[in-house]
Amino acid sequence: MIVRSLKRLTPRTASSGIFSIENASQERSMSTVPLHLSRANNGMVNVLVKSTKVPRPATIVPVKKSKKIETLTSRPVQREAMPSHISYVGNEKMPITSNLKIVTPKDDTPRGIWPVFRMMDENGQLRGEALPPSIHSNDLSSERDLDNLRNVLASHHPHFASEIHSSSLLHTSAHEYPDMPLHPHNTLLRAHRQMIRLRKMDTILHNAQRQGRISFYMTHHGEEGLLIGSASALSPKDFVFAQYREAGVLMWRSFTLDQFCNQCFSTDLDLGKGKQMPVHYGSRALNYQTVSSPLGTQLTQAVGAGYKLKLDCQKSPGKEQAVSIAYFGDGAASSVDFHSACNFAATLKVPMIFFCRNNGYAISTPVKDQYAGDGIISRAPGYGMAGIRVDGNDIFAVHAAVQAARAYAVENDAPVMIEAMTYRQGHHSTSDDSSRYRDAEEVQNATDVSDPIVRLDLFLRQFDWMDDSIAMSIEDEERVAVLRAMEAAESRPDPDIRHMFEDVYHEKPPHLIKQEEVLMQHLKKHNIKY
Amino acid sequence: MLLSKVPLHSRRIAANQIRSNARTSSTLLEPTAYSSSNPEPPYATLGSTTKLNLFSAVNSALKTALETDPTAILFGEDIAFGGVFRCSQGLRDEFGEGRVFNTPLSENGIAGMAVGYASAGGTAIGEIQFGDYIFPAMDQIVNEMAKFRFRSGNQWNCGGVTLRAPCGAVGHGGLYHSQSPEAYLAHTPGLVVVMPRGPRCAKGLLLSSIRSKDPVVFLEPKVTFTNVSIWLRLSYSHLRCFIFQILYRSAVEEVPDADYEIPLGKAEVMREGTDVTIVGWGAQLRTLETACDLAAKEGISCELIDLRTILPWDSKTILESVMKTGKLIVSHEAPITCGFGAEIVATMQQECFFCLEAPIQRVCGYDTPFGLVYEKYYLPDEKKNLDAIRKVMELSR
Ligand SMILES: Cc1ncc(C[n+]2csc(CCOP(=O)(O)OP(=O)(O)O)c2C)c(N)n1
Ligand SMILES: [Mg+2]
Repeated sequence: MIVRSLKRLTPRTASSGIFSIENASQERSMSTVPLHLSRANNGMVNVLVKSTKVPRPATIVPVKKSKKIETLTSRPVQREAMPSHISYVGNEKMPITSNLKIVTPKDDTPRGIWPVFRMMDENGQLRGEALPPSIHSNDLSSERDLDNLRNVLASHHPHFASEIHSSSLLHTSAHEYPDMPLHPHNTLLRAHRQMIRLRKMDTILHNAQRQGRISFYMTHHGEEGLLIGSASALSPKDFVFAQYREAGVLMWRSFTLDQFCNQCFSTDLDLGKGKQMPVHYGSRALNYQTVSSPLGTQLTQAVGAGYKLKLDCQKSPGKEQAVSIAYFGDGAASSVDFHSACNFAATLKVPMIFFCRNNGYAISTPVKDQYAGDGIISRAPGYGMAGIRVDGNDIFAVHAAVQAARAYAVENDAPVMIEAMTYRQGHHSTSDDSSRYRDAEEVQNATDVSDPIVRLDLFLRQFDWMDDSIAMSIEDEERVAVLRAMEAAESRPDPDIRHMFEDVYHEKPPHLIKQEEVLMQHLKKHNIKY
Repeated sequence: MLLSKVPLHSRRIAANQIRSNARTSSTLLEPTAYSSSNPEPPYATLGSTTKLNLFSAVNSALKTALETDPTAILFGEDIAFGGVFRCSQGLRDEFGEGRVFNTPLSENGIAGMAVGYASAGGTAIGEIQFGDYIFPAMDQIVNEMAKFRFRSGNQWNCGGVTLRAPCGAVGHGGLYHSQSPEAYLAHTPGLVVVMPRGPRCAKGLLLSSIRSKDPVVFLEPKVTFTNVSIWLRLSYSHLRCFIFQILYRSAVEEVPDADYEIPLGKAEVMREGTDVTIVGWGAQLRTLETACDLAAKEGISCELIDLRTILPWDSKTILESVMKTGKLIVSHEAPITCGFGAEIVATMQQECFFCLEAPIQRVCGYDTPFGLVYEKYYLPDEKKNLDAIRKVMELSR
């Protein structure tokens, strides 16, 4: 068995010495699990489905750079028949479909379990069909040309031709991506890099919390694909109402690592002025409403914002219709707000997307304790709402579903629900130890078959857009970038204490002016520094 | 009579005179009906004890309740694996998944289910994961739970309901993991609102709450759950203030293993003193104990009172104390405006205005949300309380 060298996505001791992994790794943490893939001798890529209760090594597996690097396409890849069903932890087995179909209120609802739309399988192959090895002989790889790639993909996967041609992931960007050093217009490679960036940021900040450097953190491990896949299918004008595990959407909209770190370290540069716990990001400039901890509240708010967007568009007909999108978990879907939001949105005909991240858990509560029905999506028809279920670990499928849902919402002035099936690989948050309520084996199995980064990586390797050395350098660059941003944030001052009394109201009322004065006198009298 | 026009020494004499008159005339000095039946538990005779922190004491009370009442059920978000604060640890294994279970994520659902279960004759113990998330349940609590008995002419009641929720600041909770919602709840006739200060009183008060004939919201100050290992994980920038708390907030107490109840509606005089009366509840009492210690070094004798039950509250114990000391300070973490301190102050000035030797002080949170990095400035800490103590002493001199 060869351990694939998609390097372990954990921060390594930086040469600058600013980050030490030693302390952090003493604690066994689901979120520092390496992305190991095995390859059987016949050259077929398997996803490691090895049952083991042994906790994974906490030490870093060194990558030997001298070893001859093997890529996926260097050996014939064995075709595998498309499996008909797929399992997500805690849920009924679901049929897989490769037909992108938004089920509308007029359609018959799926009988039994709703199918999952999927384009790319665990091996990174569209519909389980590998590209022939010959394709990398054309200049796909040297040019990194998305137009060319699209044509190649569409001709080899005619079933997905329309998804492929319309996918904005597969279109060259008109604008340069400032965070792409090498291929500044390549949307697909940016998506890949951002997923790695998010994974790196998560691992490093999670460990920073373990070391007492920040007070709290939540990782997105396993959900990077659905975040980047959905974010890239939206217009930047669309309003995002996040729950809290959606930093990838903000990242796609160019929120910088400095901005993330300044929020988590509550510095003077935090846009939220140090008021909220880490991961409660928000950006007016990026149309991303500030995260609030109470669950479900964003859902009804997204309805209101979507309604405003609809009226705006009616007033000025030439205007491009923007939509609102509310992200929420399988747990938050049980809230009263969820029901109100769905019913309001459908009844009031609001162009918006309800995007459920069904990751199997709400803290410790498995989905079987959350609902008795078929996930969340089966509720959509009851509200008279269109919907689609999608494999949340497949960035292409998520992207296609969101594009289609958005188009449907705009065209019909109606909401669409998307249920993205995935798995929360990490702990709920740094306050949680998930080994108390789920087996290491379950985590490992689910992680091994579902990791969205591995899947996209394998896809890219088919035509040599990715190999070990490229993957390694991206990881290194992102790791260093995160460490730099963290170091910079850590050395910044706290926000000015006077912000404490600001933004409570538009203007500071007299009683707050007085309270502020009293506090300032108190601090002065006792010589308390801030 | 304008006391300020009278020379100080004769003011004192006048105040003493009035105090002794008030002692015989105030209606508040009559026994309060809510609590008179239950005496304080005789701790000395309760037998063996175990060192417990607050969550283990709550766990012990829940276990006792489930053992002694076959209709009792325990439910809420993440209850099955032990709860995010470990309060229900082991109880599912012991009492089965029919009685100890996870609910879907809906606080309104938890509260409504509790009301219905209790109305059908059962004992419902619901957990709201954080006090900050009790607000989605407010409709069931305020409009249903609290009015159930009254609106049916006492045909129906939901006295079997107890809703538990952790509350208060922990050093890193920010807006939504720090709030103390007791005043919102106390504005609700029909509800009982309780907040223990530590493990021993938590067990006795929780058992009384569960067995009370009225619905109770039981707020558990979560800072008292916390042990040192968790403290050490906290943010570096906050570390200094936490080390202080580690030193001064001993989270463990000897808790009787026996089944015991502490009366609701009855305050406890934690420390007797002669100069100033200080009233607080929950974790704030730790801060107040420190302030009293600091004051003692300056020769000021403080009487410290734990209100324990916020509604219906024990005005009698406070009044008696204020009549003795002539000075009152009320301190709580929640914002000052319409905080429960306001109610105490209003009542005391009405009942014993002429006994007061200095204006009553409130040392409370500011009227802002609970900003993460601002917490140590926001909190009504021991320094602010000591200043208030000195101030009333000065003003009465
Ligand atoms: C109203 C409310 N109740 C409870 C909580 C505590 N809480 C925070 S996250 C969470 C679980 C949410 O699970 P899910 O919606 O599935 O999202 P995930 O964490 O899986 O992304 C709970 C119970 C809260 N934040 N708000
Ligand atoms: Mg979830």
